[in-house]
Amino acid sequence: MEKFTTHTGRAVPLRRSNVDTDQIIPAHWLKKVTRSGFEGGLFEAWRKDESFILNRPERQGATVLVAGPEFGTGSSREHAVWALQNYGFHAVISSRFADIFRGNSLKNGLLTVVLPQETVERLWALTESDPSVEITVDLEAREVRAEGITASFELDDNVRWRLLNGLDDISITLRNEADIAAFEATRPAFKPRTLPVA
Amino acid sequence: MGRTLAEKVWDDHVVRRAEGEPDLLFIDLHLLHEVTSPQAFDGLRLAGRPVRRTDLTIATEDHNTPTLDIDKPIADPVSKVQLETLRRNAAEFGVRIHSLGDVEQGVVHVVGPQLGLTQPGMTVVCGDSHTSTHGAFGALAFGIGTSQVEHVLATQTLPLAPFRTMAVTVEGELPHGVTAKDLILAVITKIGTGGGQGYVLEYRGSAIRGLSMEARMTICNMSIEAGARAGMIAPDETTFAYLKDRPHAPQGEDWDAAVAYWRTLGTDEDAVFDHEIFIDAAELTPFVTWGTNPGQGAPLGANVPDPASFADPQERASAENALAYMGLEAGTPLREVKVDAVFVGSCTNGRIEDLRAAAAVVEGRRIADGVRMLVVPGSVRVSLQAVEEGLDKVFTAAGAEWRHAGCSMCLGMNPDQLAPGERCASTSNRNFEGRQGKGGRTHLVSPQVAAATAVLGRLAAPSDLTSTVAVEA
Repeated sequence: MEKFTTHTGRAVPLRRSNVDTDQIIPAHWLKKVTRSGFEGGLFEAWRKDESFILNRPERQGATVLVAGPEFGTGSSREHAVWALQNYGFHAVISSRFADIFRGNSLKNGLLTVVLPQETVERLWALTESDPSVEITVDLEAREVRAEGITASFELDDNVRWRLLNGLDDISITLRNEADIAAFEATRPAFKPRTLPVA
Repeated sequence: MGRTLAEKVWDDHVVRRAEGEPDLLFIDLHLLHEVTSPQAFDGLRLAGRPVRRTDLTIATEDHNTPTLDIDKPIADPVSKVQLETLRRNAAEFGVRIHSLGDVEQGVVHVVGPQLGLTQPGMTVVCGDSHTSTHGAFGALAFGIGTSQVEHVLATQTLPLAPFRTMAVTVEGELPHGVTAKDLILAVITKIGTGGGQGYVLEYRGSAIRGLSMEARMTICNMSIEAGARAGMIAPDETTFAYLKDRPHAPQGEDWDAAVAYWRTLGTDEDAVFDHEIFIDAAELTPFVTWGTNPGQGAPLGANVPDPASFADPQERASAENALAYMGLEAGTPLREVKVDAVFVGSCTNGRIEDLRAAAAVVEGRRIADGVRMLVVPGSVRVSLQAVEEGLDKVFTAAGAEWRHAGCSMCLGMNPDQLAPGERCASTSNRNFEGRQGKGGRTHLVSPQVAAATAVLGRLAAPSDLTSTVAVEA
């Protein structure tokens, strides 16, 4: 995972609630067996509409998505995170994220920032009135900053530490391999195994 | 203070607990399918890591598999590559796999329970949000992303953020014709698609106790549609009876030890939930969705709601978008909404009881002209059982299509898809835009409502059929 410390970029205001992962990346894209090349599928159905926000010239090259509440509901597909990253987004701001999507994003270095809906509305208004406005997402200071707006956000210390250092979860866990082996030795005999039964 | 079911299962799986770190939990069962695993196996290969516990891991093919011509090569080359990738990964890493054509193949959440691999008190994960299904057995079961799939493959553990607990208490008896599907759709509409966020839901109360295991799986399956981390039901005699003598259920002394443990898992009387909601079973009626998320539902007897009736501006906008996408007018009675297709199947409602319920409704009747009805068993075992009972013939005699097992039209990754603008009454779990095919419109319903809808060609309950004359057998 790449480190995330701070990022500054222009924004895309997505004024929709309940954006599910089927909208972020439709199922037919999930047949790919790689983590890259999903940018073309991002919001595929909505992008067919020329007036969709992502299609507008002033939003090209934007890297911060400011979305409505309940972003990322539905399917657990991590492809939704890869699609956002492949397209060029570094951070997503919303008042509420679905749990699995949030977990997936933070494991890939896509920073999902929770801010009050009121702040999201102010960011929407700001970037809509001036698309060239830049938003800074500062993980070290746990702060989102834009013209006239400074909003602090919460993020679990451990998750933040992993992001700031770009740490790989598996290697951290394997440092405690002895704990895993000790636990395994105490598991009851009646627990099932997947080995074929006669 | 007492503990809840979820807290007990969690506590029994903590491998490591340290200040400032998330708990590291041991995973008892890891289910794999072709869509969310290839990048995880790639990660293992790159790091030179093996699968730590192949004996706690099992794979099945379901999302991409065709439901017709399964003896022929898979027509879609991209689907074919993905299925072949799973087969190759399973062979390379030594993971048990049930491929297309195998008698144990089927939707991953149907296969685990029917093999007896899903048991009370276990932790179960899968790269699939409907893993919550397995909570019906009193297991802590949840969907994970591909990074976590790799983590479990490599370590058989997951670091997990703490959860909160919510009791969903349903007292009373479900009225005749009202099913587990109606109940869970009503719960989701009540608490919203984000209402369960951060929570493990525990369904309890007399109405839940009275449900079969299959009905309980339908309920837990859709916990994720309320945004919940997981859904659980305490194990009881119904659970034990379902598990007894299944291929992977404990035998002999192990069975006795297991049941003794399972009996300790129920929520203690003095345990406190972080949140509680109550539902009176007697007030429930057949329930359908009208919108584009599972929280946009209403009783079948209601009208399509007016977006203006929603106080919250986000909900109002969402309802406006939904009606435009669904091609519905506010105020239209839901019973007047005509459909083009009916889908019976999925990890929500693709088990044998679901097929029996739908078959009982269409038996001796014909589905309406112009309506296509697809019946897709959740697994090969379910299919074989249905054939043994003659259900396939009941469906085909009524004009429905009887297909092979898989996820099929629940998400349209295989050729089973809606055409743009087509409207479908579906027993699946998601009515998202384009979920069943680009431009397709989905109404989530129970198997009984799906079957009655197929017969009348409009959203309907079996009780609406009493006035129609059944075709002579």
